[in-house]
Amino acid sequence: MGKAHKFGDDISTDLIAPGRLFHLRSNLPELAKHVLEDADPDFAKKVKKGDFVVAGRNFGLGSSREHAPAIIKLAGVKAVIAKSFARIFYRNAINVGLPVVMCDTDKIDDSDELEIKLERGILIDKTRGIELDFPALPKVMMTILNDGGLVAHIKKHGDFCL
Amino acid sequence: MGQTLAEKIISTHCKRSVTAGEIVVVNVDVCLTQDGTGPLAISQLKELDMEIAKNPKKTVLFIDHAAPSSKKELSNDHIKLRDFAKKTGCMLSDIGEGVCHQVINESYVKPGDILIGADSHTCTGGALCAFSTGMGSTDVAVGIALGKTWMRVPETIQIRVTGKLQKSVYAKDLILHIIGLIGADGATYKALEFSGDTIEGMSMSERLTLSNMAVEAGAKAGLIASDEKTREFLKENRREDDYARVAPDDDAGYERTIEIDAGSVRPTISFPHTVDNVKTIDEIKDIKIDQVFIGTCTNGRADDLRIAAQILCRKHIHKDVRLIVVPASKKVYLDAIRDGTIEMLVEAGACVMAPGCGACLGVHEGVLGDGESCLSTQNRNFRGRMGNPNAEIYLASPACAAATALSGRITDPREVL
Repeated sequence: MGKAHKFGDDISTDLIAPGRLFHLRSNLPELAKHVLEDADPDFAKKVKKGDFVVAGRNFGLGSSREHAPAIIKLAGVKAVIAKSFARIFYRNAINVGLPVVMCDTDKIDDSDELEIKLERGILIDKTRGIELDFPALPKVMMTILNDGGLVAHIKKHGDFCL
Repeated sequence: MGQTLAEKIISTHCKRSVTAGEIVVVNVDVCLTQDGTGPLAISQLKELDMEIAKNPKKTVLFIDHAAPSSKKELSNDHIKLRDFAKKTGCMLSDIGEGVCHQVINESYVKPGDILIGADSHTCTGGALCAFSTGMGSTDVAVGIALGKTWMRVPETIQIRVTGKLQKSVYAKDLILHIIGLIGADGATYKALEFSGDTIEGMSMSERLTLSNMAVEAGAKAGLIASDEKTREFLKENRREDDYARVAPDDDAGYERTIEIDAGSVRPTISFPHTVDNVKTIDEIKDIKIDQVFIGTCTNGRADDLRIAAQILCRKHIHKDVRLIVVPASKKVYLDAIRDGTIEMLVEAGACVMAPGCGACLGVHEGVLGDGESCLSTQNRNFRGRMGNPNAEIYLASPACAAATALSGRITDPREVL
């Protein structure tokens, strides 16, 4: 179980991992101290292991920087839940082993206690006492995620095994 | 049913006929990384114990985002990229060569190719009718080592543009207009296919501007059938032999078709802080601008600089404005030096920087101050993009940028041309 940290629509990779911190990209633990800083300056201090990022439409739009999902994961976030995701962010998140879930996030408030059952496609908002269904990841992505990300997948199989 | 451009190109790379919605493993012709994504790709290859490239002559490591380096951490990243290129035989495009998307299209990509790049604007290659798409460092690292990747064959939205663009209306205005119509996520997971007599009449530079911004509508690719214009472009770059005609079938199945009358498009500006927040020049009030930036993979080509120089010729920029110009590549820079464009721009007050990404992504060479506004020819205006979340970015054509540099206010280029 973890707490929801609520954000709005169009959270770009510039808000997650800004270009002004370009020089920290080879130092992910340091970059993670600034995760989502331009959307919520206190987020990195507030977030606890097992918490959730909850957002509106088109989460992760913009740059291909994989550092964005990587530092969200490094900050301890268990999954990103949004109404929709930009394509490259979605793929990168799976590749780094960060679960991404699409559902109607209007029903979730900031600080709600959430629990997620990925395989069953159910999100439980304990604070509201509601269950939200979400579509399963495509099989290919579930395979990569279950293997622990793309590097682990290729290490395990020596090739794509999808 | 016939095939779209995306279905055709992907079919030839997995040796069977595919349709939208299928998930396939495809062979990859060209891979690129840049200095913001390459170091992580190399780390992943080390982690995989696969420090090799399947096709090193078609794997290009660019140093363009912070080029030359502005910080020691970046200098160390650059060392890592140079060492990897030496070790594996991969191609290195070092400082001064230019933006990855300009150079890859001048020198590496050909019609019918699949290009994957660890940079979201890799979709620029769609202008040459290559299936070009942006991915993250790990996907591209695996592509470099194995020479393949997986992808979902995208549905395609056909954008048919017909008629003649008005004077002072450019490819940039057209693509901003299109993104305003379909929205920043209107083409997510899909391909755009641009066609119609307006597109057929466009130069390759203009087509590159269109394809470059496909990702700003969420698209995976922004494709244009190859034709004599493509052949001409390849010939100018001394590789006419790379030309191949690639066109969609007449009965290709599109998810939908959007028809646009080119004559109805006005000079268009994207307002802070999303690209789809567009207004036409007639709709906007007095907006003061502190910095004008002309360059990038969107609009840093020789014709873009010439349009700006024509407006700025024998004039001087407004005393309260800074004008920064960055040619997209060394070739563009040399062309603009040789024909006098650079001289005109410098005399008008421009600060010309080395080919590369420049101020676009907020690393260096034009970071904005608190409360400042910039009008830029780049492709993105997200909060914080140019290095400061307390600044505002407007996107427009090079003509609008030059007109704005003269007045210090966002200005209709039709007033000065």
